[in-house]
Amino acid sequence: MNSDNLAQIWVYLSASPLFGLTMTLIAYGIAHRVYRLAKGNPLLNPVVTAVGLLIVLLLTIGMPYQDYFAGAQFVHFLLGPATVALAIPLYRQFSKLKKLWLPVLVALLAGVTIGGASVVKIAQWLGADQQTLLSLAPKSVTAPVAMGISERLGGLPSLTAVLVVTTGVIGSVLGTRLFDLLRIRDDSVRGIAMGVAAHGIGTARAFQVSAEMGAFAGLAMALSAFLASVLLPWVMGWLL
Amino acid sequence: MSPDFLTGITILLVYQLVGEVSSRLLQLPVPGPVVGMVLLFCTLLLRGNLEKTLDTASSALLSHLSLLFVPAGVGVIVHFGKIRGEWLPITAALLLSAIITLAATALIMQGVSRLLGHKGDEHEQ
Repeated sequence: MNSDNLAQIWVYLSASPLFGLTMTLIAYGIAHRVYRLAKGNPLLNPVVTAVGLLIVLLLTIGMPYQDYFAGAQFVHFLLGPATVALAIPLYRQFSKLKKLWLPVLVALLAGVTIGGASVVKIAQWLGADQQTLLSLAPKSVTAPVAMGISERLGGLPSLTAVLVVTTGVIGSVLGTRLFDLLRIRDDSVRGIAMGVAAHGIGTARAFQVSAEMGAFAGLAMALSAFLASVLLPWVMGWLL
Repeated sequence: MSPDFLTGITILLVYQLVGEVSSRLLQLPVPGPVVGMVLLFCTLLLRGNLEKTLDTASSALLSHLSLLFVPAGVGVIVHFGKIRGEWLPITAALLLSAIITLAATALIMQGVSRLLGHKGDEHEQ
């Protein structure tokens, strides 16, 4: 095989979605294995490792993000059906939810409002520009919904996606330690807080702690996505 | 791909599609997938049972939820410039807000539960 052939193969690969998709799955596979070898150390969150590996790869081979995303969008697309699928853990925990509906509702309303208001106020105080503030507002909401909210508010949906992922990682790294510090031991309370503050990445972490914490985190993520899309435009109108 | 998974993912996509269409038609503030989730949840409540097909597809999707965030996360590459210029407000706001949101939500839920006389580790039925 001569270098002409190689160049042609590369032209084919960089124009086809195959490359971005395959690299995403391989990077996640490696990241997940590293995470398991480190016995679930939250600092080695598979999202961070996989994103890091892919950024190094894209920068090394000089591939623009748009070309990468042409392939990776097939994975990204699954966020939609995954959001719909949250109805299932919600349904499973319904008997427990029915009993706790009032504390859960109050916690969700407060969590969504505090999450959006605190991030915007702190960033505004430290001098972030308006577009950044609007992109930050839905940072605790699950990615597909957050991007929709950001677009409606006038932020940058793709920047919001990055901020959402970062928030999820921060929440999943800090969450359980913070709850231990505050002596919060009830898994339903820990799950709700994790789901409100750190959406799907926090929920993935909560499922590793216990099925109950995971189910409540999933429930909080689903309900807070719903509440945030109603409340945040109103909260932002009032704050900014 | 197992037939169970195929049926399950089809149901999820149908609900997402109905959600997207109704969100746009009725100009709801809520994005399509969330409307789909609410509709599916109501359907499950009305039917009172969970089919195996739906369970298979949803656990497949939800058990690798982290993977689905990777393509969006790589998008940081496009915003390097903006993030470099505003790294302090962005990082500080995300970090502090995460701590505030986690602590406030947990403490408020615990407080309201105690006010109502729920015990943390109580299980019924």
